[in-house]
Amino acid sequence: MSNAATMRPGRPALPEWVRRLPEYLMIWVPLLLSAAHLVSFSLWTIWISFTPSTLVPVTGWVGLRNYSAVAASRNWQIAFDNLLLFGSAFVLLSAVTGLILAILLDQRIRGENVLRSIFLYPLAVSFVVTGTVWSWLLNPGLGIQKLVHDLGWTTFKFDWLIDRDMAIWTIVIAAIWQSSGFAMALFLAGLRSVDSDIIKAAQIDGAGPVRTYRRIILPSLWPITITVVVIQLQFAISTFDLVRALTNGGPGIATQLPALVVYDLMFQRSLLGRGAAAAVLMLLILLAVLLPYAAWRYIQRRRAAHA
Amino acid sequence: MAALSIRGLSKRYANLEVLKDIALDIESGEFTVLVGPSGCGKSTLLNIVAGLDRPSAGTIEIGGRVVNDVAPKDRDIAMVFQSYALYPSMTVRQNITFGMECRHIPKAEQDAAVANVAKLLQIEPLLGRKPSQLSGGQRQRVAMGRALVRNPLLFLFDEPLSNLDAKLRVEMRMEIKRLHQRIGATIVYVTHDQIEAMTMATRIAVMHQGSVQQFADPDTVYRFPANLFVARFMGSPPMNTMPARLEAENDGPVVVIGAGRVDELRLRLRGYDAAAPFVGRKVVFGIRPECIAEGSRTFSSEAPVLVEAPVELVEPTGAETMVLLRLGGEPAMARISPDIRPAPGTSAVFALDTRRICLFDPETERLIA
Repeated sequence: MSNAATMRPGRPALPEWVRRLPEYLMIWVPLLLSAAHLVSFSLWTIWISFTPSTLVPVTGWVGLRNYSAVAASRNWQIAFDNLLLFGSAFVLLSAVTGLILAILLDQRIRGENVLRSIFLYPLAVSFVVTGTVWSWLLNPGLGIQKLVHDLGWTTFKFDWLIDRDMAIWTIVIAAIWQSSGFAMALFLAGLRSVDSDIIKAAQIDGAGPVRTYRRIILPSLWPITITVVVIQLQFAISTFDLVRALTNGGPGIATQLPALVVYDLMFQRSLLGRGAAAAVLMLLILLAVLLPYAAWRYIQRRRAAHA
Repeated sequence: MAALSIRGLSKRYANLEVLKDIALDIESGEFTVLVGPSGCGKSTLLNIVAGLDRPSAGTIEIGGRVVNDVAPKDRDIAMVFQSYALYPSMTVRQNITFGMECRHIPKAEQDAAVANVAKLLQIEPLLGRKPSQLSGGQRQRVAMGRALVRNPLLFLFDEPLSNLDAKLRVEMRMEIKRLHQRIGATIVYVTHDQIEAMTMATRIAVMHQGSVQQFADPDTVYRFPANLFVARFMGSPPMNTMPARLEAENDGPVVVIGAGRVDELRLRLRGYDAAAPFVGRKVVFGIRPECIAEGSRTFSSEAPVLVEAPVELVEPTGAETMVLLRLGGEPAMARISPDIRPAPGTSAVFALDTRRICLFDPETERLIA
């Protein structure tokens, strides 16, 4: 369209930069703004993490003292252990749940659209809402345990929410409820992209449904599985609002997670330097997940370009 | 023994009848091609034979056994798909052995079978590769290997050459035909390409709108098309068809094209006794392009019928010259020698082979003679 405008006779051509002004405005302004926020605040946080800042940011240099203090704190150690447990359990179980839902939905059942929406719907709910609702459901005096007691099974016990060792699993449950629908949607798209002729060929070859899934369909899903795992891991690492609403890190500090530690250090104990150090540690964990993924994507794309 | 026999088969989807009362008997060792335009039901028919789809009515017998309620894997068939349908995560070897693995055939036997088929199709160097590392022609070969290794009673091919480029398609066409001659397998082959049908089949079933229009050997289908659809579908360019009248003269019937015009064309018919009831009525006159040639051509010992006709368009193809001319005012394609190029807008003399004329009933569109 812009070409046609410049070709029209009897009208002086606009200078290149005027003609392309809308593009520049549309692309560069938002990009610069978000990059400025992201990069400048990241850099600012990294800088703060090396200063003795407490309530307000101050200049100065303490080297890695904030980092060693955070790393040595019991709060952080528990948060880190919890992250390992929560991250792996949540990612694994939500992927498995999503895959099972996707396989069940893939059986050409009636009402598939309705079911798909139902399973996807939790994703539209805010984490705070999810956390609050599950905190009621899991509350022994209010939720599931009370319901079962009222039904007559009075010895039934389901008090993970107030159990130090099991409380972290309540977060796993709520997070799976929230996001396995997302995994399901990705897996379902993958299942649907399998050529129907391949399934017919397997039928003629005499492969039953289990063998067809195990040998033919599931192996083709692994690129989607990696995407699901990375996206869920990224969510797991930065989980904050869900825990804040569900357990608030408790009982005690049993369900502490890194993001809660950062919040705690920065805004409740007014230790800005240490909070920043914890935030930078979180960023490093995130990079440990995202950089290999980016490298993998790069290799995949190059291989595709060569094929 | 009939390898495949289909009786009274029909298939309905809600109100849409895609197959209507199909009956086919295919002998052992035959290469049968189901040909027709897209949407004629040929692939549905193949899927029903394979057991991937269920008929609404009718029976299917494979090797003398009714298989309506038999699972695809137990029908003793193998199928080659248009998309090749190779298992992407398996190597070529695993693709070929997967069926045997499902049937719990001992490993040693599997290896021997793979070696045999790989040698036959010359795919030995590819056995360790994944399908994504193969070219289209190689994938096609592997797909055939997967079918061959089963040594079934019946091979089903679903447009296997449609995804290949023109040159490779001709090569693979010959290869499949050679394979059929070597192993003598019974093949049912679906295609929309009438040239594939003509070149490969021992018998052709021409399908249109869910029913078989004609089921005969290629020469019969070409020479005596059962109806106007078959006449216009088979052959490239197709048979010229035009309205005409049949009149009686002293020594037999005469077909008149463009009756009453100055350039009215009258052709005497010999050996068309079956056309007698149509004397004095309208017919559809059909003549193949190769039966209209340059004036110096002789088709047989007797003198050819010569007509002068206006030339509208000339298309040299190298191997021949296609000419669009008018016979009694009706357009017709002629196939003449490559070195003769009549000028468009002028008139030229053409020789007609009147022994191979087809006449059709304009009401039923069926072949009269």
